[in-house]
Amino acid sequence: MVQKKNLIGLEHIDAHEIELILDTAVAMKEIVSRPVRKVPTLRGRTITNLFYEPSTRTRTSFELAAKFLNADVINISSSASSVVKGESLKDTVRTIEAMGTDVVIIRHPMAGAANLLTGWIEASVVNAGDGAHEHPTQGLLDLFTVREKKGVLNGLKIVIVGDILHSRVARSDIWGFLKMGASVSVCGPATMMPVGVERTGAAVSCSIDEAIKDADVIIMLRIQLERQKAGLFPSLREYARLFGLNSERLSLAKRDALVMHPGPMNRGIEISGEVADSLQSVINEQVTNGVAVRMAVLYLLAGGGDA
Amino acid sequence: MKLLIKRGTLISPDQKKIFSADVLIADGKIAVLGNNLETDGAVIIDADGKLVLPGLIDLHAHLREPGFEDSETIAAGTMAAARGGFTSLACMPNTNPVADNSSVINYILNKARQEGRVNVFPIGAITVGSKGEELAEMAGLKEAGAVAFSDDGRCVSNAVIMFRAMQYARMIDMPVIAHCEDTSLSAQGSMHEGYYSTLLGLKGIPAAAEEVIIARDLILAKETGCRLHIAHVSTAGSVQLIRQAKAWGLKVTAEATPHHFTLTDREVTGYNTNTKVNPPLRTQEDLDAVRQGLRDGTIDVIATDHAPHAREKKEVEYENAPFGISGLETAVGLVWTELVNTGILSPLDAVEKMTINPARILGISKGVLAEGADADLTVIDPARTEKVDPARFVSKGRNTPFAGRTLTGIPVLTIVGGKIVFEYAGRVFSKTT
Repeated sequence: MVQKKNLIGLEHIDAHEIELILDTAVAMKEIVSRPVRKVPTLRGRTITNLFYEPSTRTRTSFELAAKFLNADVINISSSASSVVKGESLKDTVRTIEAMGTDVVIIRHPMAGAANLLTGWIEASVVNAGDGAHEHPTQGLLDLFTVREKKGVLNGLKIVIVGDILHSRVARSDIWGFLKMGASVSVCGPATMMPVGVERTGAAVSCSIDEAIKDADVIIMLRIQLERQKAGLFPSLREYARLFGLNSERLSLAKRDALVMHPGPMNRGIEISGEVADSLQSVINEQVTNGVAVRMAVLYLLAGGGDA
Repeated sequence: MKLLIKRGTLISPDQKKIFSADVLIADGKIAVLGNNLETDGAVIIDADGKLVLPGLIDLHAHLREPGFEDSETIAAGTMAAARGGFTSLACMPNTNPVADNSSVINYILNKARQEGRVNVFPIGAITVGSKGEELAEMAGLKEAGAVAFSDDGRCVSNAVIMFRAMQYARMIDMPVIAHCEDTSLSAQGSMHEGYYSTLLGLKGIPAAAEEVIIARDLILAKETGCRLHIAHVSTAGSVQLIRQAKAWGLKVTAEATPHHFTLTDREVTGYNTNTKVNPPLRTQEDLDAVRQGLRDGTIDVIATDHAPHAREKKEVEYENAPFGISGLETAVGLVWTELVNTGILSPLDAVEKMTINPARILGISKGVLAEGADADLTVIDPARTEKVDPARFVSKGRNTPFAGRTLTGIPVLTIVGGKIVFEYAGRVFSKTT
């Protein structure tokens, strides 16, 4: 079992626990591949998806994961919730818990929101992305996908390219890959590089050509188009020219390098359509693996072990 | 009523000396300082082993009234001041309505007279509504009783408005207290920009946000000759700028808060909203520089920036939480534990930064331990140790990052105008003859 009852980030869990989740996800992926994708493991458990930020992809992935394990799933989105009536987060989650829930999965635009819940409720808390802090299940599915393709994580060279400053995926990936023995480089415009990121153990570069040299894995991050209006880069054209991944650039990496992206992609900006659809791209497999990894997390946290 | 404080160790920063003497208080004044004083009908206070100081002055507090009485009131805030050993405080004008006109100043002074435990000196706003757009009626504010001008909580972003405010303040011989924050650099930030903001994914407030405005305001002070006081200095670069300005001979003073010389941005880990302050908790290097600035005199004043908030306002997402901590009741313990007991400040220097220095900046006749002076006194037990328990705060704001921390050096008696306004754990060491 994982030692903790919550999954808030990969910073504070150890390699052994990550390994356990990934191993469990292997079994879960087998369930997903069956013609009837349903096991009774979490029957009678209630899981609440509390989404304060729109996210079709992550919310659906968690919902499917819960349903494949036979849990009851409640979906609450910010537009429908009492938030719009001015209720505080604390009062909202306490109300949800009072109605009976075993796991609260929270997506929130502000960093630390998932942390707060752990002090307020007894139910397990899974962070489905909090501001620019962490997105641990995305990190885990990235680890799972790489391990599945490469067989190992230890010793690989992982490069994360894009808006590192605002990326919770980048933070979870940095912690996850470093803990599993890979090396991690982050690359992006200086205006989007968080202060002190090198103290995590990741190398920092502002040149994609240098960064991806001999890389085993390249993780391209989505660029938020409104960042240009905020003055973080001069134009999409220049961003694409300096930091976009195209076939020519990809050839600098190892020949069997994997290309990943948490989606949704801006084709032609951070990634060319050609690369996104290439044989080296595992972007669709990431999505499938996301369900398996989330099943593993829910199974381990919601007491599925005694089913 | 007469009070006779016997056998205390007196600290007089005005005379720069520490000596043993008894203090006889009568009719609200210090009547006699001398040895082996005897008098009939006085309450005798045995201050053996205790430090007797001129009443402490907090140059920077938020009393929230009028407008935000759920967070603090003049009654509760001044009670917290008394418990914290303060006999006087200057309150910032960011109330609702803003103290940008004489009627709000009058309201605060009247309310303080009726309900206050300690002396209250209101600070008037620099600009109307503290919006930074047009000057408040500064002369009128002074006539009503304001002791300084500040838009604290907000920076006067427009340089020409600040320039004119300083010219005008100079004309009427009043100090301007500057909240230095370039809001284009700090926008949406909720903690110091550095390694920990990166880990936590919170938008950071860079040190430069403070330093660029300090540099601007120092230059404007040089041009105008205004007495400029820099509030809550938090970065190494700020300390260096102020040190340089003093070397140039500018009429600049500065303050630091207990939280900025005690805590770093590492405390934010865990998203405890009681660590959310403005300016934010900075790095160890900044903290060390603030301590050095206090030691070498670059920073003249220790002020609390007492910023109480109702509990539910802090029980929210970190980014949604308001800035500020409740500071009056922990300040002395932090000064003694972190600065005096560690040898960074002598007791005399520490008391100077909490009495005569703020009194001189505000132009008030306080902070002096001498015959004929107002009988505002603070008695500290330098050996007493106490664990910070916010549940025991008398301030309405229980928002402190110091809960559970053990402090040594505790105020045990506070006297304002010859009257005891706070006595530790209820009359433990005084008796009437």
